[in-house]
Amino acid sequence: MIYTAGNRGDRVRSDCFMSLETGSGKGIHIDLKSKVKALYGESITDLCRKMLAFFGIEQASLEVEDYGALPFTLAARLEAVIKKHVQTEKEYLLPILPQNEYQTAKDADRVSRLYLPGDNPKLMINAGIYGCHGIILDLEDSVAPDKKYEARFLVRNALRSVDFYGAERMVRINQLPSGLEDLNYIIPHPINLILIPKCETEAQVVQADARISEILGHKNETVHLMPIIENAAGVMNAHNIARASDNDVAMAIGLEDYTADIGVQRTPEGKETFFARCIVVNAARAAGIQPIDSVFSDIEDMEALAGYVRESKSLGFTGMGCIHPRQVALVNEYFLPDKEEISKAKKIVFAFEKAEKEGKGVVALGSKMIDPPIVRRALRTIEKAVNAGKLPTNWRDNDER
Amino acid sequence: MPANYRQTGGITMSANMLKNAAGRSVPDTVNGKPVVPYMGLDKYRPQGIHQSPRITTNIDYPADGNKRVASLKEALKCAGLRDGMTISTHHHFREGDLVANMVFDCASELGVKDLCWFPSASFPCHAYLLKYLDDGTISHIEGSMNGPLGRYCSEGKMRKTAVLRSHGGRYQAIQDGEVKIDIAVIGAGCADPFGNANGVYGPSASGLLGFALADSRYADKVIVVTDNLIPFPCIPWQIQGNYVDFTVQVDRVGIPEKIVSGTTEITRSPDRLMIAEMTARFCDVAGIISDGFSFQAGAGGTSLSVGNCFAEIMRKKGIKARFARGGSNKYLVNMLEEGLVEYILDGQTFDLDGVRSIRDNPRHVMTSPFTSYNFHSKGNFASMVDVVILGATEVDLNFNANVVTHSDGYLLHGLGGWQNCLFGKTVILPLPLFRDRIPVIKDEVTTLCGPGQLIDVIITERGIAINPLRTDLIKKVKGSGLPVKSLSQLKKEAESICGLPEKPVFTDKIVAAIKWVDGTVIDVVRQVVREGKE
Repeated sequence: MIYTAGNRGDRVRSDCFMSLETGSGKGIHIDLKSKVKALYGESITDLCRKMLAFFGIEQASLEVEDYGALPFTLAARLEAVIKKHVQTEKEYLLPILPQNEYQTAKDADRVSRLYLPGDNPKLMINAGIYGCHGIILDLEDSVAPDKKYEARFLVRNALRSVDFYGAERMVRINQLPSGLEDLNYIIPHPINLILIPKCETEAQVVQADARISEILGHKNETVHLMPIIENAAGVMNAHNIARASDNDVAMAIGLEDYTADIGVQRTPEGKETFFARCIVVNAARAAGIQPIDSVFSDIEDMEALAGYVRESKSLGFTGMGCIHPRQVALVNEYFLPDKEEISKAKKIVFAFEKAEKEGKGVVALGSKMIDPPIVRRALRTIEKAVNAGKLPTNWRDNDER
Repeated sequence: MPANYRQTGGITMSANMLKNAAGRSVPDTVNGKPVVPYMGLDKYRPQGIHQSPRITTNIDYPADGNKRVASLKEALKCAGLRDGMTISTHHHFREGDLVANMVFDCASELGVKDLCWFPSASFPCHAYLLKYLDDGTISHIEGSMNGPLGRYCSEGKMRKTAVLRSHGGRYQAIQDGEVKIDIAVIGAGCADPFGNANGVYGPSASGLLGFALADSRYADKVIVVTDNLIPFPCIPWQIQGNYVDFTVQVDRVGIPEKIVSGTTEITRSPDRLMIAEMTARFCDVAGIISDGFSFQAGAGGTSLSVGNCFAEIMRKKGIKARFARGGSNKYLVNMLEEGLVEYILDGQTFDLDGVRSIRDNPRHVMTSPFTSYNFHSKGNFASMVDVVILGATEVDLNFNANVVTHSDGYLLHGLGGWQNCLFGKTVILPLPLFRDRIPVIKDEVTTLCGPGQLIDVIITERGIAINPLRTDLIKKVKGSGLPVKSLSQLKKEAESICGLPEKPVFTDKIVAAIKWVDGTVIDVVRQVVREGKE
């Protein structure tokens, strides 16, 4: 029996296609076709031999078509194809990059999150360089049904081996219950947040949360949750979902599925989704977590994206998903405080500090009184601006008051 | 030709190997002719008199100006084609060129052998000529080695040693007599029976014909081939008929859609876009983008988007560039028409917008390797350009760069104007840190094409390395937030992602010599052992 894994074709890059036949009776035979053979031929063959031995395969004929795949991809493809032959609990794990082991705060910025198809290694390699706050390795809608099994290995290996340069490491699992099985492949590895798609009830959040704690065991780590509301039932349950677990840090809305569910077309004006979006914003805020908007699917139209982000921000969302790296900079730019907001925030902070110094109980800016929540928001605006590089860290020094 | 030529290659056993000033081991003769090893930057100064063509008299040419000959084969016969000659063609038709292939079809039909093809560049369409390399019609190529031809050469199948020169180096080699062109065949989009020719009209319009200028002036015999013969005078006469011996009309000299393919678009790859944006930001921060500056960006997708980013910055600042060096295409033409660029000094046109512009706009000017790049001119434009954006297949820790071979050792590209452009005031190579797992930064480049002293900045998606010699640039970008790193830091970063590459395996046989702009040998390419180690 011959099984295969991976992708091949003229347009494939940084991936490979493995085809494995076991039990040939002639030991291990590896046939490698690779555009990088002169430079990595030996290391690829070594890895394959090591893995076949690890899984106890002694008779096999392996064909490798390599398109410059990195070791994490080669290993994921080979493990997938081996496990189509043999049933085993064993996992072939490459070492974790030490810089991939970090935890993220509950209220970390989640302005831009870049979705990457979980079966496409090429996009993963450079995903961290675009400055997005989160990177979502997707096991759900962007992975074809017959690739879902293989994608689990690739996503697992990527979590261990790919440096995202500090972006929050996220995985969107499949809709429950099959998403629960995904968790086994993901949770033991460097992961910060799980997105639960098509979430309708708080029970689903609880279920995922419980499975995660079970897998984590006594490990003192937190994996955050971000349920995605994608249908009418979810919208009506939004508040319960938002507060279903202490690990909920944000709640997102998925408008493509939502509009299909309520039987309408998604329009640029977005009247049809106004109610649902407002519900999600309010439910999230009521539960003390971040409301996150849907993706914008036209990757060519940057102007329309800018308009979308402006509206999204005005509705109360604090971030959105990106489906192409090109969207990241714009989403960051428009969600983050603009010049006017920054300058206003600075004035508020200066006025507050001056009042404090002078021992005044009441803070005024011009003719307006300023309450403590406004000062807090101003400080948060400044913090965001500084983090995004829009304001120097020494902004107090080099600015006229 | 000695019977054992094929086994020993063009470098006969008598060639001595010497270490040149770049530390590369090079032979003292190539194809039996003595060569000078690279001596270092600005060290080699040949003496003597420029090569001249033989004296001709107009009484030997038809008084009515009609130099038409019935066919290309006839013209080659009239030009005295015989074994061992050097035949030149130009590359303005790019991937749509039919002329070079026709020339050697004729040579083969005439039973002529052992020719040297001396193109200004070759393209994958010239893989057609492999059969003539196989059967001995062509002994070797002195020019660029693209795709299949490079592969053929790298595997040691060419009978003599290839010689690669820059566009400027080609002019130099013709002028100082290193290469004597016996017959130049110049394809033109438009020509008259006298031999005046241009590239701005006709179905095979290619914009200009600058790469054929030296050939027209110095070749012993000159044949102009066109598919669009018009009555005298053909205006503008980019090629002057007074240099031309024979004119030929054929059905087609090129495939229009492949001449001006227009396929080069601004890159859509987010990684390349990011590198382009970073390059423009670097130039801005370094103070290079200022009113009246000049630039040259190549025609690759990344370079095009660098130009686009320059345009955005210029618009914001309300400034103009005094001139841009082409290759031109619609993006550069748009900048000219918008007034962001005052002049395009063009070497070749890549699309129909470029052709239209050079034809109709007096500010879009034709140049040649003589004006832009030539080592034996009294100065050239290359060193006047403020910033030059170039590519490379590899760089090493000393900023040396390679453009002709890949890391697996295969010869796959020509030098083009690359070496000549290194004389620009600031030279920037925007490069991905690795391509399909292959790191771009090496301890030592596989083939040395340009010395690191001339390469100022390497810009990758993961950081920017500035040549330590450019303390001015280092100072200017300090505190800008640009991710400045050392080349060894970047190299380590790439290797931690890709793994440490193995070394390709070569035989001792030299298959190609790489010339520096002054005609000295800067490096050689050796035969690869096929398929790595098996």
